[in-house]
Amino acid sequence: MSVTLLIEQLINGLQLGTMLFLMASGLTLVFGVMGLINLAHGSFYMVGAYVTALATVSTGSFLLGLVAGVLAAAAAGAIVELLVIRRLYHRQHLDQVLATFALILIFSEGTRWLFGSSPLWLSPPEALSGSVALPGGSRYPVYRLVIIAVGVVVAAGLYLLIAHTRLGMRIRAGESDREMIGALGVNIRRLYTLVFALGAALAGLAGSLVGALQSVQVGMGEPVLILAFVVIVIGGIGSIKGALLGALLVGMVDTLGRVFLPALFGQFMSPSDAAGTGTALAAMLIYILMAVILAFKPKGLFAAHD
Amino acid sequence: MTRLHPATTPEASPSESRSWLERRHLVHGVLLAVMLLAPVAAHLMGEIYYVNLASRVALVAMAAVGLNLAIGYGGMISFGHAAYFGLGGYVTGISAFHAFDGSLVMGLPGSDNMLAIWLAAVLLCGLLALAIGAISLRTTGVYFIMITLAFAQMAYYFANSWPDYGGQDGLPIYLRNTLPGIDTNDALSFFLICFTALVLSMALTSRLMRSRFGAALTMARLNETRLATAGISPFPIRLVAFVISAMITGLAGALYADLNGFVSPSMLSWHLSGELMVIVILGGVGRLYGPLAGAILFVMMETLLGGLTEYWQFFLGLVLLGVVLFAKQGVIGWLAGRQQHE
Repeated sequence: MSVTLLIEQLINGLQLGTMLFLMASGLTLVFGVMGLINLAHGSFYMVGAYVTALATVSTGSFLLGLVAGVLAAAAAGAIVELLVIRRLYHRQHLDQVLATFALILIFSEGTRWLFGSSPLWLSPPEALSGSVALPGGSRYPVYRLVIIAVGVVVAAGLYLLIAHTRLGMRIRAGESDREMIGALGVNIRRLYTLVFALGAALAGLAGSLVGALQSVQVGMGEPVLILAFVVIVIGGIGSIKGALLGALLVGMVDTLGRVFLPALFGQFMSPSDAAGTGTALAAMLIYILMAVILAFKPKGLFAAHD
Repeated sequence: MTRLHPATTPEASPSESRSWLERRHLVHGVLLAVMLLAPVAAHLMGEIYYVNLASRVALVAMAAVGLNLAIGYGGMISFGHAAYFGLGGYVTGISAFHAFDGSLVMGLPGSDNMLAIWLAAVLLCGLLALAIGAISLRTTGVYFIMITLAFAQMAYYFANSWPDYGGQDGLPIYLRNTLPGIDTNDALSFFLICFTALVLSMALTSRLMRSRFGAALTMARLNETRLATAGISPFPIRLVAFVISAMITGLAGALYADLNGFVSPSMLSWHLSGELMVIVILGGVGRLYGPLAGAILFVMMETLLGGLTEYWQFFLGLVLLGVVLFAKQGVIGWLAGRQQHE
C-alpha cells in the first residue's frame, strides 16, 4: 500500500467524520437539552437532500438548492417538534423510540409516495467539479474537500454559538438543569423548538452535501443515522465535544478499515478468503469499537449526563 | 382471515367477578381460539395462503413473546432482537444447506431434522445473548438501547458481507426441514407446529413470571435497590431473562426461515427489531397476550392495508404514533381491561 492511498483514505475518513459530526451534533444536542432520543433524525437528512435536489433543478443553482434544503429540514424539524416531539419529553425512552420510529415510517413512505422509489440525481456544482493534485501524484475531487471545509466551518460556528451567545448559554443551562432555566423565565418551549430545528438543519445540511456525492433516495438517512448513534454513544450522549471526537474516530476507523483490513488479511490468507473475512470484519469494525469502549466506559468517553 | 371481534360482555367487568368468566379471560380465550380455528377453517376451504399467513402471525407473535420478556417484564429495552431472530433463521438455513450437499460445518454434519435445528438455534442464540447481554447490561437507559442496536447491526453487516452463505442475496432453503412423524410440508401441520411453539413460549413466560425468578425480575425493573436490599443481585437475574428472551425469539426465527424457505440479512435488520418492538407495544407491554394481539393486528394491517396501497407503512406509522401518544395500554389493555396479575 502506498502513501498516496493512505493520504487519500485519510481525507475520505475526515470527510465521513465531518458529515457524521453534522448528524451527531444535532442528535446529541437534542438528547442533552431535552433528554429525547430521536430516531427520526435521519429523516431530516433525507428531507434536506430531496429539497436540495429539487430546488437545484428548478433554480439551476446548487447554492440556492442547498439553502432551500437546509431551511426545509429546519422547518420540518420545527413542525415535527410542535406536533409530536414536545409530547414525548416526559415520556420513557421506549415511547420516544417508538414514536420516532413511527415518524421514520411516515417520512420514508410519504417520500416514496410523492417521489417514487427511484433515486433523484444531484451533482456537485460545476465550479467544484474539478480535482486537485495530492502529494504523491493522485488527484482528489475539489467538492469533497469543500465538504470537509464546510463541516469544519459549521463545527467552529457551532462552538461559537454554544460557547459565546445568549442562545448557547441557554442551551448549556438547559443541559445542566432543565427545570431551573424554566423557573428563571426562559421560554423553554421556544428554546426546545429552536434546538430541535437547529439539529434538523444540521442534518439537512449533511444530507444535501452528501446527496451530491451519492444518490438521493428514500432510506438514505438510515445508515447514517445508525452511524451517528454509534458516534454519540462512543462520545458520550449529550456531549458536543464527544460527538466531534467520536465522529472523527468512527469516520477514520470505518474508512481505513474497509480499505486496509482486506489487504491486511491478504498477508496470511488466500486472496478470496481475505477479501471475504476482511470485508466482513471491516463492516463490523466500528460496532466492535463501540462495544469495547462501552465495556470499559459504559457512559461513553465524555458523558454529559444520563 | 376471520375478523377479530372483541367478545366483551358488560357483566364480566374485572372488579365484579374473579371467575374464569372475567372479561380478560374471555378475550384471551377468543384470541387463542381465533388463532387456532381461523387457519383450520382456511385449510378446510383449501385456502393455503391464509394457513401460511396464520403461521406467520404465530411466529411473529412468538418472536414478540421473547422480546416482551425483555422489554415488558424485564424493563430491558432491546433494540436488537433481530440478531436472535436472524441467527435462528440462519441456523435453519445453514443446517439445511449442509444437509443438502452433505458437507460439514465446523466439523459437524448439517441436519434437516427440525429438532436438531431448534436445539442448535436455541443454544446458539442463548450463547450470543449471554455475550451481548453481559456487555450491554452494564449500561442503562439510552446506552442500552443503542448498544443492543449496535450488536444487531454487527450481525447484520456480518451476514451481508460473508459470502459463503449468500451474503446480501440470502440463502434459499430448497426443501423444508423435517420432523419425525409429521409432514412439515403440509401447511396446516406446519401451522400447528408454530402454534404449539407459540403457546409453549407463552406458557413458559407465564410460569416464569409466577416463580420467584419472575418476582425478582419484576423488582429489578421496578426498584433495583430494593431487590439488592433483599440480597438478590439484579445483574444475573436480568442476564438470565435476557438470554431466555433471546432463545424464544431465536426459535421463532428458526421456524420463520422454514416457513419462508429463505433466510436473508433482512431478518437481522434494525427494521425488524423495530417491528418486533412495535408489535409488543401495539399489543400491550408486559401483557402475556399482548404480543399475540399485536402480531394479529400487525399482520392484518400489513395484509389489508398492504392490499390497498403499496405505502401501507405510512399508515402503520400514523397508527403507531397514535397508540404511543394516546393509547398506552395497547390492544390488550383496550380489549381485556387494565393490567392485573396474569
